[in-house]
Amino acid sequence: MAQKKQYERPIIKPLNTGLMNKFGTKTEYAPVKMIDGAYVKDLIKEYGSPLFVLSERKIRENIRNAKRAFETRYPKVQFAWSYKTNYLNAVCNIFHQEGSWGEVVSIFEYKKAIKNGVPPEKILFNGPDKTDDDLTIAINNNSCIHIDHLDELYRVIELAGELHKKPRVAIRVNMDTGIYPMWDRFGFNYENGQAWDAINKIIASGKLDLVGLHAHIGTFMLSAKAYGVAASKLADLALSVKRMFGIKLTYIDLGGGFASKNTLKGSFQIGADVTPEISDYAEEISTALLNAGFPTEDLPYLYLETGRALVDDAGFLLGTVISNKRLSDGRRATIMDFGVNILFTSFWYDHKISPAQDFSHHTEESVLYGPLCMNIDVVRENVTLPPLMAGDQVVVHYVGAYNITQSMQFISTRPAVVLVDMKGTPHVIKRKETIEDVELGEKIPDYLEKFEL
Amino acid sequence: MKIKPNLAVNETGFLFNPSTGDSFSLNPTGQEILTLFKQGKSDEEVIEHMTQEYMIDKNTVEKDLYDFKIMLSNYKLGEEQN
Ligand SMILES: Cc1ncc(COP(=O)(O)O)c(C=O)c1O
Repeated sequence: MAQKKQYERPIIKPLNTGLMNKFGTKTEYAPVKMIDGAYVKDLIKEYGSPLFVLSERKIRENIRNAKRAFETRYPKVQFAWSYKTNYLNAVCNIFHQEGSWGEVVSIFEYKKAIKNGVPPEKILFNGPDKTDDDLTIAINNNSCIHIDHLDELYRVIELAGELHKKPRVAIRVNMDTGIYPMWDRFGFNYENGQAWDAINKIIASGKLDLVGLHAHIGTFMLSAKAYGVAASKLADLALSVKRMFGIKLTYIDLGGGFASKNTLKGSFQIGADVTPEISDYAEEISTALLNAGFPTEDLPYLYLETGRALVDDAGFLLGTVISNKRLSDGRRATIMDFGVNILFTSFWYDHKISPAQDFSHHTEESVLYGPLCMNIDVVRENVTLPPLMAGDQVVVHYVGAYNITQSMQFISTRPAVVLVDMKGTPHVIKRKETIEDVELGEKIPDYLEKFEL
Repeated sequence: MKIKPNLAVNETGFLFNPSTGDSFSLNPTGQEILTLFKQGKSDEEVIEHMTQEYMIDKNTVEKDLYDFKIMLSNYKLGEEQN
């Protein structure tokens, strides 16, 4: 008997001349069968579906590239890993092995950094919510406290007196960099003089050691120029501090916010084609700092808290098609085994999705839904993919930032996370959640122990 | 399913509906099924044919055929519509 042919789901697609799809002629459906030498099919077989996969090679490549981009342009550069972007310990430790300090925004993250072995004086403590207890720990540890608001400033001054310590502090500055919306809810404003007033208060107190200035002008910043503006304004403040008080600040911290390769929702261009390169940001920032007027021997350190741009494209979510449906308006709907609860960034991005097996070049448009029993569970509102069938596997790209840290446990347990090492060997860096994990903190009062039905 | 007799399908899966001017593209299985329908084959015969020719089970073909027919009707390619 003759060999049977490979089957593909029958599809018919109107050819509407003139009407380009949203992404022009770009194809998203070239199959991705392997991640750094590990087969998608094998990974799912071994660790289940859905599954997060991180590429160690890509992470190291990203941080090395970023360091090179800055260090070839500016002599004193220090990266600090933004814990909230992805605080799986294995991921943090890759960054620490590459020389990154820790940047944290809560005592929870602070403790994680300490547990990972980051020396406390190499932790930058950001965020508006630091309690007296948190501040006390940071002051006793000599960590850098980035003061966010006036209440915190007063508390730190008081605590310094009580603890007989001189805390190392910076202030967070917000400013107009020509970007809308302006992130003015964090820190002290530059233009209206709040930042300068805060600096005066710190110095007048005599109790704090002002060592730096910090800004985080926004996130997913598509304009490299805005960083040039921010660097100039912080440099201007630092030079005024030197002029007025004779104090040389150790560092200028420009926070995070460099765009990753993702495509923002509503954008008509594919992210990877329009986002600035790290070197574009480096060029703007270095030029601004080098031209600000610091004597060469007094150039401040440049600290960077880059998050998503260093890890987003190192993360993949593998998943499986549960079913296909036809919606009442004729649109095709594909239901995946992963939803927005583990892919939080699908609210911001049109994630690139590739099939993990071969298809003909025929494609169809589809809505991608997750398995949650909720209307908001839409992974992609409109995606062009080959005719996927139940059981087929897909790879979601650029999911390394903010998904694991922001994932929500809902109606089932969360997937495992696997790191593919430099040799292509997978390591479980977080096992699949169990019902016991979820119920760990629960307690049932005695009178609710029993029931009869 | 009865298909309009005047539809033209070529070997590359390009389909043209002369009565409306609409054109479509079909993948190889879609093309094959449409051709079988044009030859007057019934759903059962189509399913039988597909499971003979392809590495696929009957249930899957049945589900896919159901959906494919909805799309053909949607695009007004069935005989009963005009
Ligand atoms: C203070 C601070 N630093 C760094 C980051 C990292 O930002 P990104 O991941 O956009 O680089 C953030 C994120 O919001 C932040 O708030």
